Amino acid sequence: MLEINNLHVKIAGEDKVILRSLTLKVAKGEVAAIMGPNGSGKSTLSYVIAGKPDYEVMDGEVLLDGVNILEMAPDERAAAGLFLAFQYPMEIPGVATMTFLKAAMNAQRKQRGQAELTTPEFIKRVNAAADLLGIPKDMLRRPLNVGFSGGEKKRMEILQMTLLEPKMSVMDETDSGLDIDALKIVAEGVNARRDPEHAFLVITHYQRLLDYIKPDTVHVMSRGRIVKTGGPELALELEANGYRDYQSAA
Amino acid sequence: MSRWRSLPEPTWARVSYPQIDFQDIYYYAAPKMNGAPKSLDEVDPAILDAYKKLGIPLREQEILAGVEPQNRVAVDAVFDSVSVVTTFRAELAKAGVIFCSISDALQEHPELVRKYIGSVVPVTDNYYATLNSAVFTDGSFVYIPKGVRCPMELSTYFRINEKNTGQFERTLIIAEEGSYVSYLEGCTAPQRDENQLHAAVVELVTMDDAEIKYSTVQNWYPGDANGRGGIYNFVTKRGDCRGKNSKISWTQVETGSAITWKYPSVILRGEGSRGEFYSIAVSNGMQQVDSGTKMIHLGKNTTSRIISKGISAGRSQNTYRGLVSAHRKATNARNFTNCDSLLIGNQCGAHTVPYIESKTSTATFEHEATTSKISEDQLFYCMQRGLTAEESTALIVNGFVKDVLQQLPMEFAVEAQKLISISLEGSVG
Repeated sequence: MLEINNLHVKIAGEDKVILRSLTLKVAKGEVAAIMGPNGSGKSTLSYVIAGKPDYEVMDGEVLLDGVNILEMAPDERAAAGLFLAFQYPMEIPGVATMTFLKAAMNAQRKQRGQAELTTPEFIKRVNAAADLLGIPKDMLRRPLNVGFSGGEKKRMEILQMTLLEPKMSVMDETDSGLDIDALKIVAEGVNARRDPEHAFLVITHYQRLLDYIKPDTVHVMSRGRIVKTGGPELALELEANGYRDYQSAA
Repeated sequence: MSRWRSLPEPTWARVSYPQIDFQDIYYYAAPKMNGAPKSLDEVDPAILDAYKKLGIPLREQEILAGVEPQNRVAVDAVFDSVSVVTTFRAELAKAGVIFCSISDALQEHPELVRKYIGSVVPVTDNYYATLNSAVFTDGSFVYIPKGVRCPMELSTYFRINEKNTGQFERTLIIAEEGSYVSYLEGCTAPQRDENQLHAAVVELVTMDDAEIKYSTVQNWYPGDANGRGGIYNFVTKRGDCRGKNSKISWTQVETGSAITWKYPSVILRGEGSRGEFYSIAVSNGMQQVDSGTKMIHLGKNTTSRIISKGISAGRSQNTYRGLVSAHRKATNARNFTNCDSLLIGNQCGAHTVPYIESKTSTATFEHEATTSKISEDQLFYCMQRGLTAEESTALIVNGFVKDVLQQLPMEFAVEAQKLISISLEGSVG
């Protein structure tokens, strides 16, 4: 599903290199986790996959279903089935959450050559997804993310993921700032979408999230590259021993 | 006219343009007709067609057949310098409402026109108002009698068609005691290489407990990307809250014109009267906007509210210029002002110039101002969800102007929203 080969990335206009010869594969139906210390380049990786303009790709490729997406605009990548759950979701003042959701869903449908959703169909889908994630209806009428708590913002990300039905979801530290109840709800949202057609790349600093979203594969990232790959037991080992070994090894 | 010749052109606004050759303007341009049209059937089909293309309903029967009664809008259509048609006159007359062109009003109700015209904006007021007073040929006249709530929205559509034409129309609206009217003005002009001049004067008068809600959607041709052509929109608009507890509310959506120079104002004369100004000013390309309002508090317990949203893109300059003043006798006057500016790109400018004068210690004036730029992070976030760069910008901008759009009558709010999106096309890479 997602294939990253020999990726080198620096901050645009600066010399600072953040990702170096990073190689990673996520298969269809797989849930892969990336763990690593702060400053290892985890968030940069998620931004580069989604196409944030602040970075310059010096070398390498990112393939989604075999197609190199590095030349595509962020909205084209989204329409191709890529979703990024942000660590810090943006506030859009004056734009009701419902309005935003409908605009996003229809924009993707338009790019894929599908007809716009009818209003009753849209409302039906939103209500079903909101119920699943315990999102109250009045939150959907408020401006997107404005005045939302940390937990509400993260739940809103999962709601958008559920409605946009991406095939590849990248989750950037979705667990940060969440209490255990919110964490469970977010994990349920992800687990509900787990099937042989969808893939997830879950980026996290802590093992905690992985108690609720069981990964198939765990990658350890340090200083801009993947330094070790293993099964779920690798996450437990990191929890016990910390990242020290990998930081010195890298 | 001789008074106007003696006046210097004003230069204090933050706009620049080559000197206007006032001899090179047609002061009167009329669509070709044989005598005045008695009904819609006698109006040149080409003109009806032009309005149809603009989505402006002139055919009464079509409106009557298809639309809910509360959505009906009576229209006065002004083409170049002449009012070509006014709809629903008969039905409005039943309610006692007079809605006609100002030239008809001078024939049919000379006493009313004479009593009020120039009483809010005197002939000597300013350079362009003086020019207008000297040469104005037509415009709209509205009179709402005592206690009448006008049964439908009234509107005037202005269109400048002839090249080198100056449009100098005059609008006069009088709301007698306890009456209410909502009035909408729309402006369009086709593309021309030369600059055209629009120097209008609008006067509003409210008596005790009366209310006038005046909305403008202005989409004059703004000139091309290099600033060639476009309308110079130099307009004087002023309302006089003459009676107690009366109210005047200006709402404007300004997207067009090469240069806009416009300050709809309210004189709060009556005790407890209220003035409101809601504005969205969008500038793109080489447009220059210098707009704002004046709230002159003269009476006791008068209140005013100003919400201004300026959006600048391209190489445009957008200035809010506003005056809030309280006279010595205006005890307990209150004003709240909020001016927000949004910048798109890094070649445009936003400026806020508030003037506040208070001659009474009991007045409370609040002023808030923010300037922000659409952040790359917000754009990226929206695009990650599948919206194109332009759709993302339009969405963020619509959120920014929402407070003001809500003030417009429903059907025009939708139109205004589309207009804003269209004017910002091509503003993001």
